[in-house]
Amino acid sequence: MKGILGWGTHLPYRRLDRSTIAAVAGTGGGKGSRSVASFDEDATTMGVEAARGALASSGISPSTVWFSTVAIPYLDKTNATTLHAALRLGTDVGAYDALGSVKSAVGALRAGLSGTGAALVVSSDLRGGLPGSGDESNGGDAAAALVVGSDADGTLLAELIGQGVATEEFLDRWRTPGDNRSKLWEERPGETHYASLAALAWKAALGDAGLEAQDVDHLVVTGTHDRANGSVARSLGVPSAAVIDSLAATVGNTGAASPALLLASALEQSSPGQVIGLVVLADGVEVFAFRTTAAVAEYAPRRTVAAQVAAGGAITYGKYLGWRGHLSIDPPRRPEPVRPSATASSRSREWKFGFVGSVDGSGEVHMPPAQIDTERRAMAEALGTIVTYTIDKLSYSLNPPVVFAVVDFDGGGRLPIELTDVDATEVAIGGRVEMTFRKLFTADGVHNYFWKARPIRGEQVEHGEAG
Amino acid sequence: MASHGIKDRVAIIGMGCTRFTEHWDKGLDDLLIQASDDAYASAGVAKPDVDAYWFGTAQSAMSGIALARPLKLEGKPVTRVENYCATGSEALRQAAYAVASGAYDIAMAIGAEKVKDSGMQGLNAFPVPNDGTSRTLTAAAMFSMVAPAYAQKYGVDRAELKRVLARIASKNHKNGAKNPRAQFRKEMSVEQLLAMPAVAGDLSVFDCAGVADGAAAAIVVRAEDAHKYTDKPLYIKALSMVAGNGNGLMDPSYDYTTFPEIVACAQDAYAQAGITDPRTELAMAEVHDCFTPTELVLMEDLGFCERGTAWKEIEAGAFDLDGDLPVNPDGGLKSFGHPTGASGLRMMFEAFLQLRGEVPEERRISTYGQRNLALTHNLGGYPGEMVSFISILGTQPD
Repeated sequence: MKGILGWGTHLPYRRLDRSTIAAVAGTGGGKGSRSVASFDEDATTMGVEAARGALASSGISPSTVWFSTVAIPYLDKTNATTLHAALRLGTDVGAYDALGSVKSAVGALRAGLSGTGAALVVSSDLRGGLPGSGDESNGGDAAAALVVGSDADGTLLAELIGQGVATEEFLDRWRTPGDNRSKLWEERPGETHYASLAALAWKAALGDAGLEAQDVDHLVVTGTHDRANGSVARSLGVPSAAVIDSLAATVGNTGAASPALLLASALEQSSPGQVIGLVVLADGVEVFAFRTTAAVAEYAPRRTVAAQVAAGGAITYGKYLGWRGHLSIDPPRRPEPVRPSATASSRSREWKFGFVGSVDGSGEVHMPPAQIDTERRAMAEALGTIVTYTIDKLSYSLNPPVVFAVVDFDGGGRLPIELTDVDATEVAIGGRVEMTFRKLFTADGVHNYFWKARPIRGEQVEHGEAG
Repeated sequence: MASHGIKDRVAIIGMGCTRFTEHWDKGLDDLLIQASDDAYASAGVAKPDVDAYWFGTAQSAMSGIALARPLKLEGKPVTRVENYCATGSEALRQAAYAVASGAYDIAMAIGAEKVKDSGMQGLNAFPVPNDGTSRTLTAAAMFSMVAPAYAQKYGVDRAELKRVLARIASKNHKNGAKNPRAQFRKEMSVEQLLAMPAVAGDLSVFDCAGVADGAAAAIVVRAEDAHKYTDKPLYIKALSMVAGNGNGLMDPSYDYTTFPEIVACAQDAYAQAGITDPRTELAMAEVHDCFTPTELVLMEDLGFCERGTAWKEIEAGAFDLDGDLPVNPDGGLKSFGHPTGASGLRMMFEAFLQLRGEVPEERRISTYGQRNLALTHNLGGYPGEMVSFISILGTQPD
C-alpha cells in the first residue's frame, strides 16, 4: 500500500494587496491578495521550510528527495542537494531535481509514489509576470512538501487508491529560459484541451480506484490555466461544496507548489475514510485519488495552510517590484558582497546549511561550531528569545534597514543574527523567534544560503526534532 | 606564565603625525613620508640611523615593502603589522620589544591608512574567502547594542543616556576644534547632536568616529640611550594586549555593558606600570571612542570610575579637558577619524605632546605639571569579540 506519510507547507509572510497594483502599473491588479516570497527567499529556501515541517511532523527519514520548481535557483548544479544539506539528511539519501514546469512537480510526486522507501517530494514556486499582468496579480509564492511511501515506511495518512494520466502536446503557456515572465496563448484552445484531457484522466482514475464521482469528498483542481481549473472542477460530477478553496483570493496560484499545497489543505480539512481527488492541469492532466486513514486525524502539521493564510503581513507594491527585480532600487553604497567560497562552504556545510553548533566540555553551545569540540548540536529547530537588538541603516542589505538581534536559544546557545519577516517597529526585547533558512545574497551567481531568525507568528508551535 | 612588561626599559624619543583628514591629494606614500620625516626630525636622527621598522596598516598595503619603497630604505628589516583597530599600537609594541631585547638600537613604529580611496563610506575590510555565514552588520550597529543594555542594567532613562552620549561627542568635538591636526574642527552642542537622525540603533552619524586618512610614527630607543637624543623622552611603562576569543558572542551571560577583553588588558597594564588608582594617577587618557557608547563603557572598564557611574561622571564633566581626568584631549577618534593603522600612534602622539608640555595653553590638560602618566587605548572588533591594547607612558623613570 502506497500513500502519504506526512506533509508540511510554507507560505511566505508577505501579502500584496492586489488593489494597489493598478495605481502604479496603470493596469492589472484585482481583488484580494497574493503571497510574496521575501527578498531573501527563493524556491529552495521555501522548499526547505516546507520540508522541515513535513519531516518534523511525520518523524520519517526519507531515502530520496525530489525537488520541483519553475523558479529555478540553479541550473546545472542540483538544487535538491541544498535541501538535503539543510535538512541534514545522510549521504545515502538521494536528492534529485525535476524542474522547469508545473508538470515536473506532479511527475516527481508520481516517482515518489512508485519508488522504494519513503520519498520527500518538495515543490516550491515563485509566480509572477511583468507589472500589471494577470500572472503577476493571480500568481502566488509557496512551497509544499509531501512525504510519500508505503505502509512499510511509516503510518499512512492517506492511501493512494487510483491514478489517471492524459498527456498531449499543445501550446498554452511558455517561457524561454532566462525570461522573467511567461507568455500565454489565448485562453480558449487551452481550456478546450484541458476539458477533454481531464475527462479522460478522471475516468481512468475513478476506474482505477473503483469509485464514482459522487464518492469524492474533497476535490482539488489546480494547474496553469486558471479558467480551465474552474470549468474542469465544475465538470467532474463532484458537488461544488466538495471543491477545496484554490486560495486564489488570498494566496494566488502557486504554480508547481499548488498541487501539493492544496492537497495538504484538503488533508487538513479531511476526516478519516474520506476520498480526496487531486486533478492537475499542466500540459496534460494528472489525477490522483487518495483515501484518508484513521491516522490523518492524529497528524499535527507544524503550521496548517489555513493558519498561514491568516498570518500574513502587508508589503507595498513598490517593494514587491523591487524584490522581483522589476524596479531597480539604488543599491547600498557599501561594498558588494563577494561570493562565498565553494570550498569553505563545503567544509562548513553542517553549520552553513544545517545550522549545527557544537557543545564544549562546560556545556556551552558554540555557533558556529568549534573544531575542538567533540559534541555537535542541531540548532535549527530550537526556539529563541531576543535579548537585545539593533536597527542598522548603514549595512549592506537588499531590504534595508537590517534588523539584527542577539538571540538566546531555549536549552542553551546564543547567536547574534539577522531577523527577517519583520518590521523594524515590531521588534522587542523578549520577543520569541524561530530559525528560518534563507538566501543572504547572490554574488557571481552563487546563492549564499544561511539561516536567519524570524518572529514566531500566530499560535506557537513547539518544534520537534526532525528525523 | 607571566606578563612582565618592559617598564622604563624603552623610551620614545621622537614622534610625527600628519593631519587626519580626507587627503584627496595624498596617497599612502605621501602620508608615510610626512609622518616618518616628522619623526626623524623630532628625534633628531637621520633615516639611516633607524635600524628596523614596524609598519602598521590594516588594509592599505601589504608587506614591509610598502614602507621601504617610498622611504627608499636600504637593507632594513620592515615588518608589516595588522591587528584590527589596534594596528598602529601593535606596531609600537613590536618596535619597543625589539629595542628592549637588544636586537636593535633604534626602531621606528609607523602606522598609516589611506581609507578614502575606496569610494565608500566607513571602513571596509577586504574580504577573506569564507563560507558566507559571518555577520555583515556594521560596527556602528554592533556597538549601538551597548546603549540600551547599559540603560537597562543601571536604570538610566534612555533619553538621559542619549544625552550622555551626546555629551561625550560634544566634549570630543570641543577638544578637536582646537587641534589643527583633527579632521573635524567644529564644536557641536549637545542639542545639535541630539537632533541628528538615528542610523544604527539610537546612534546617529555623529555618535560614530569620522573616517579619515592619516599617518603617525614614533622612534624608540633603550631608556639608557634616550637622553642622547632628547631631554624629554617618554618612557614606556606598560604595553598590554589581549585578543578575545569571541566567546562573548556566544555567552548568554554576556550583557553588552562591558568589554571583558578591556578589563583584562587594563589589569595587566596597570600591573606592569604599578598603577593602583588610575583615576588619580593618570594625567590623561586617549581612548578608543569609535562610537559614543564605547567611550561610556571604557570609563568603567579602564577603572576610571565605578560600574554604573560613568554616565553621571561624564555629565559632571569629569573627563573634560579641564576635568579630573581629561579623556581624549586631542578630540579622539570622533574628531580625528580613524585611519586604522595610524590611530594608536596618533593617541601616543597626543600623550607625547601633552606630557612634554608642547601643546598651546588652550589645549593643555588640567593635570599638566601635577601628574606625568598617560594612557592610550585601542580596541578592534565588536562587543563580545575584540582585541584590546593599552599603553602607559610617563615622563619619569622610577
